[in-house]
Amino acid sequence: MDALSWGSIIVAVLGRFWPVWIALAVTYALSITFKRRLGLYGKLFDSPIGMIGFAIVMFWVFTALFADVIATHDPLSQISGMKNKLPGTPVTSGDVYPYYLFGGDNLARDVFSRMVEGSRIVVTIAPVATLFAFMVGITLGLPAGYYGGRLDTVLSFLANLILAFPVILLFYLLVTPEMVETGLPRYMAAVLFLFPIVFLAILWNSRFYVQPTLRNIYLAVTLVVGGWVYLGLAWNADPLGIIAMPANILIVFVSVVFVNSPTVFRIVRGLALEIQTRDYVAAAQTRGEGPWYIMLWEILPNARGPLIVDFCLRIGYTTILLGTLGFFGLGLEPESPDWGSTINQGRRLLSIAPHPALVPALSLMSLVLGLNLLADGLREESLKD
Amino acid sequence: MFGFLLRRFGTMVLTALCLTFVVFYLTNLPPNLEKIAKTEAGSRISDAEVQSWLEKNGYAQPILVRYGEWLGVIPGWTRTEEGVTTGRCIARGQDPAEAATRCGVIQGYWGFSNVFKEPVSEIIGKRLGLTGWLMLFVMLLMVPSALIIGVVAGMREGSRLDRSLSTFSIASTATPEYVSGVVFITLFATPMLGMNWFKGTATSAADDITFWNFFLPVLTIALYGMGYIARMTRASMTEVMTAQYIRTARLKGVSFRNIVLKHALRNALIAPFTVIMLQFAWLLNGVVIVETLFNYKGFGWTLVQAAGNNDIELLLGCSVVAVFVVLVTQLISDIGYVYLNPRIRIG
Repeated sequence: MDALSWGSIIVAVLGRFWPVWIALAVTYALSITFKRRLGLYGKLFDSPIGMIGFAIVMFWVFTALFADVIATHDPLSQISGMKNKLPGTPVTSGDVYPYYLFGGDNLARDVFSRMVEGSRIVVTIAPVATLFAFMVGITLGLPAGYYGGRLDTVLSFLANLILAFPVILLFYLLVTPEMVETGLPRYMAAVLFLFPIVFLAILWNSRFYVQPTLRNIYLAVTLVVGGWVYLGLAWNADPLGIIAMPANILIVFVSVVFVNSPTVFRIVRGLALEIQTRDYVAAAQTRGEGPWYIMLWEILPNARGPLIVDFCLRIGYTTILLGTLGFFGLGLEPESPDWGSTINQGRRLLSIAPHPALVPALSLMSLVLGLNLLADGLREESLKD
Repeated sequence: MFGFLLRRFGTMVLTALCLTFVVFYLTNLPPNLEKIAKTEAGSRISDAEVQSWLEKNGYAQPILVRYGEWLGVIPGWTRTEEGVTTGRCIARGQDPAEAATRCGVIQGYWGFSNVFKEPVSEIIGKRLGLTGWLMLFVMLLMVPSALIIGVVAGMREGSRLDRSLSTFSIASTATPEYVSGVVFITLFATPMLGMNWFKGTATSAADDITFWNFFLPVLTIALYGMGYIARMTRASMTEVMTAQYIRTARLKGVSFRNIVLKHALRNALIAPFTVIMLQFAWLLNGVVIVETLFNYKGFGWTLVQAAGNNDIELLLGCSVVAVFVVLVTQLISDIGYVYLNPRIRIG
């Protein structure tokens, strides 16, 4: 069999992504049809930049979702004779897909399949870690901005302390096998993962404390589900044995949340400072609402615009951080198909075979670019109100 | 102004102390010390021998005492065994009576790197010099181009030029160094596309900087930082261009060129100044990545080596420098902001 030409490689790759194209087409058809009823999300489809960004982001989300259908080979299996082979090289042995579409890496694994499987790791860790960072930042930033005073001074000092830390140094100190041995990351996870539960509990309590039955239902659900997930993620002690997080993923996750939360804290604090001077806050105070009700149900909803925009940008930044960790070979195991680790392995052989590093590098860039464009579109549309 | 400076300086010192203590604590965790004992005294020694080695070399004291010794505010440990006195501040073969009682960072004693077998202060001095050149060229490339892009884009908001320059800025902020570095090396330093113009490594730039071995690393760092500064400049420029006094100048009949250059530019550059100063902390990240990727043996490369080889004293030295750079640039940006903008008067 001959090697594929560049044209036929592109056709074959586009063909492999068929579930993604269908899903994208359905998403866009539905969203554009009903865009007037969908609020800010619908307005996104008025801005060309936002639409392009959203398309790129959803492309990777769907790729992660359908990774098993799209990938042509197993991301870890090695086929002899395929080491550092150029894109489009035919696979002669075995009963598998007949080509390495994007070539083989230095361990004779399929670059295309690794890129597709790698998207799964990035697309799951980055948004969830960002969400956790937001929970921490919001839970601490709102009271700091609302109450001010000594609480604000102490929290701001701590946030600036973490921000003054060079990120890479922090990663090198936190994400080492010795550190895992001491159990420090697990304690950090135990503290950081508590925030979402605390956040939700306060959220329900401040609003529904006048309807005790309803509140108790909400609180019970939050505590039971949250506690279950918490035990599984932070302590790896899920009584049902369903939720678990490997120690090396946990440490990556924790350090990314840790690095991101102070910035979110600063943004939320600034917004809270600004919004608490508004009339509707004064009205709520006169009504006799509690401070947490005002913070979570009056200030927070009115700060959602900048926060949503920052959320998109921050997912992109988190993706870059994950890539940085992988680039230095920290945290994730070396065979992991995630993009950063793959770039790290490929970069040593750039002069012989650039494609194993180039493919994940461009994927990572496109995802971050998509998120940035999406944030730009959202900002533009939310400013139009 | 003086009170503000004093308070700012106090916070800075407190931050530096907290940060160095955190680094000290994290680098001196029991597993790290055990690893040091095993590399120094042999990898097959028993736990009891590790313990006695640590005691003999002053590692077994409480962490705060050791931090004080390292800082130079607590007298260094001494130990007399079989008539021979050893101690933190006593060099091998030196008479104990002549040695200083305190030796730490404050006294200029930064420790000894057990990977490079050289005093930490010498290594850091040499490596910082190399990184200094990198930083200098990055700044020379990044700041003017970012400001020009930002000003030109913000000059006429919403124009086609603005749109394309803004998209370029977004794209550049979406391209981390390890992506653009890999792309540049592939495009311009491998024979794949026939554009083998530059060198893929910058190792030789340590002795002799040429355009061909230094441009790619500089461009890689500059590109990632450029987008952010350009966007900030653009935002500040668009804001200034809608101000009353610009409209007045237009109505007076001042030419567009003069409005931009004489009226708008100065006010528009206040905000980017802060951003540029704060970029130093970011550049540090970029420097570490790029120096690793291009194998340029500067400060970032040293940091990676120190962290990867459990070289505690060198890593501590590196973090002192890194923290110092970040805090000083923050201070300069605060002072500069007040100085440049007369509307802000702080305490």
